[in-house]
Amino acid sequence: MASSSALTDSRASSSAPTRSRASSNALTRSRVRSAWMFMIPMLAVLALVAGWPLLRTIWLSFTDATLDATSNAQFIGLANYYNATWGGVLSDPMWWNSVWNTLWFMGVSVSLELVLGLALALLLNQAFRGRGLLRAAVLVPWAIPTVVSAQMWGWMLHDQFGVINDMLMTVGFISDPIAWTAGSTTAMWAVVMVDVWKTTPFMALLILTGLQMLPSDCYEAAKVDGVHPFKVFWKVTLPLLKPAIMVAVIFRALDALRIFDLIYVLTSNASSTMTMSVYARQQLVDFQDVGYGSAASTMLFLIIAVLTVAYITLGKVKLGSEGQS
Amino acid sequence: MKILKRLGLWTAIAVTFVISVFPLYYAFITSFEFGSALFTPSYWPKMFDLTNYISVFLEQPFARNILNSIIVAVTVVAISLFLGVTAAYALGRVAFRGRAALLLTVLSVSMFPQVAVLSGMFELIRSIGIYNSLPGLILANLVLTLPFTVWVLTTFMRELPKELEEAAFVDGASPVQLIYHVFLPLMWPAMVTTGLLAFIVAWNEFLFALTFTLSNDMRTVPVAIALITGGSQYELPWGAIMAASVIVTVPLVALVLVFQRKIVAGLTAGAVKG
Repeated sequence: MASSSALTDSRASSSAPTRSRASSNALTRSRVRSAWMFMIPMLAVLALVAGWPLLRTIWLSFTDATLDATSNAQFIGLANYYNATWGGVLSDPMWWNSVWNTLWFMGVSVSLELVLGLALALLLNQAFRGRGLLRAAVLVPWAIPTVVSAQMWGWMLHDQFGVINDMLMTVGFISDPIAWTAGSTTAMWAVVMVDVWKTTPFMALLILTGLQMLPSDCYEAAKVDGVHPFKVFWKVTLPLLKPAIMVAVIFRALDALRIFDLIYVLTSNASSTMTMSVYARQQLVDFQDVGYGSAASTMLFLIIAVLTVAYITLGKVKLGSEGQS
Repeated sequence: MKILKRLGLWTAIAVTFVISVFPLYYAFITSFEFGSALFTPSYWPKMFDLTNYISVFLEQPFARNILNSIIVAVTVVAISLFLGVTAAYALGRVAFRGRAALLLTVLSVSMFPQVAVLSGMFELIRSIGIYNSLPGLILANLVLTLPFTVWVLTTFMRELPKELEEAAFVDGASPVQLIYHVFLPLMWPAMVTTGLLAFIVAWNEFLFALTFTLSNDMRTVPVAIALITGGSQYELPWGAIMAASVIVTVPLVALVLVFQRKIVAGLTAGAVKG
């Protein structure tokens, strides 16, 4: 906000010598008017594809709509969320199971991606021959479509013919093949592993950009003083990297909270890996219960909104470049 | 000590390299295996059989699926860039009241969970009569690509020197001329970056494509790959799945590697600055 008013001030003062105040105001007004003209198409499309469907989803969550009849649905209040006769989303143990699965997945995968991404960024920040090649190789998992990486790993983790079981048995870690994606305890770890494999590069690249912007004089001073590199990392690098890390974490966390395709392809609708998105889609499409599914979708939307606002407020993350400049 | 450090560095490099590349490599060698060879894990190529590649195109409408994906992704990119660059001019170059709030709204849309618009979008698409068709997918995909296109292009637009439009306005240029003759030539690099990112998003999109299509020949590539089925219900045709995976991944990986620097720049403009 501060920068936008500064912008107007500087513009007004720079044009003051050449033009009279009145004509400058008229120019500003016409510029603002044309600015709105330029934004209207974008805003209209955004309202059509985001605003309207979101409002309809929220509305449908208060109705008994089914997939083949959304238009003549009856308003039933909060019954899809909670009611005394058949429960509703909030009293469905499967819903709470999927909430827990999603939060667990987010916590574990984002932590692992942060730690590994930081390590990878530090590695890519070293000078060594073939750094360009390694940087390219690291981008490969990120470039592979999620569905494809789910299938590739599904094949590698295959219980009978999978190469992972073969490796582990050759080395002697396990004696019998493990059904990675079918077992209730291993399935979620399999999902975490694929997600970490695929998205750590994203985390690493964001952190690497932050690393390369760090002032080098701090490090020279630390080197002259003979401070241990480990201490330099903790006391200098990490605090300076914090803003970049906070933003990378929130982007990853939001992605993790809405995860759908990886889980759907790797383990389909299994309850041990069911996340909120998978649960909502199953209700909506497979069970054709649009009202109930919309209630679950709305809950997911609310949970994400609350967590985002909490994170931004508590972490004092500056998302807008308005705040930064 | 120094040797030990070198050794540690090169071990880390080697491990990172192998972990990054192995799954694609393994899919690649599997895609050429057929019959019993498929069911004994091997780490080196042991046969070169194109059966899987042929079966993907003969037993599935995979060529059609690729065409669908290209049509959807290219159209979505074109619409997003057009709407994005005009809006970015307004949001990045003109100071007006409510600009920060508008930008925040656009950003918050990109944080939407896709599922939250699913039932509303389903209803919308069916009421317009574009269910199970490519226009339906194009419309749905805009919710994913448009917000970050606007956001990233606004970030780039704001960094261009201010003197540009002042000179143009003194010369009496209209805003449309300004965008077309002054900003567009300068925005090309940013538009290539943003367009590539939007293309990747649209190309990989799965949930909408799965939900808003019904028939095999309307599916896009990710849905086709996820739903490939073989002769028997219990056995997935892994060879064909890997062949299809390789076909769609190799061009994408090549694209990303060629445009590495641009893509990284776009990602950081969207995240670190954004």
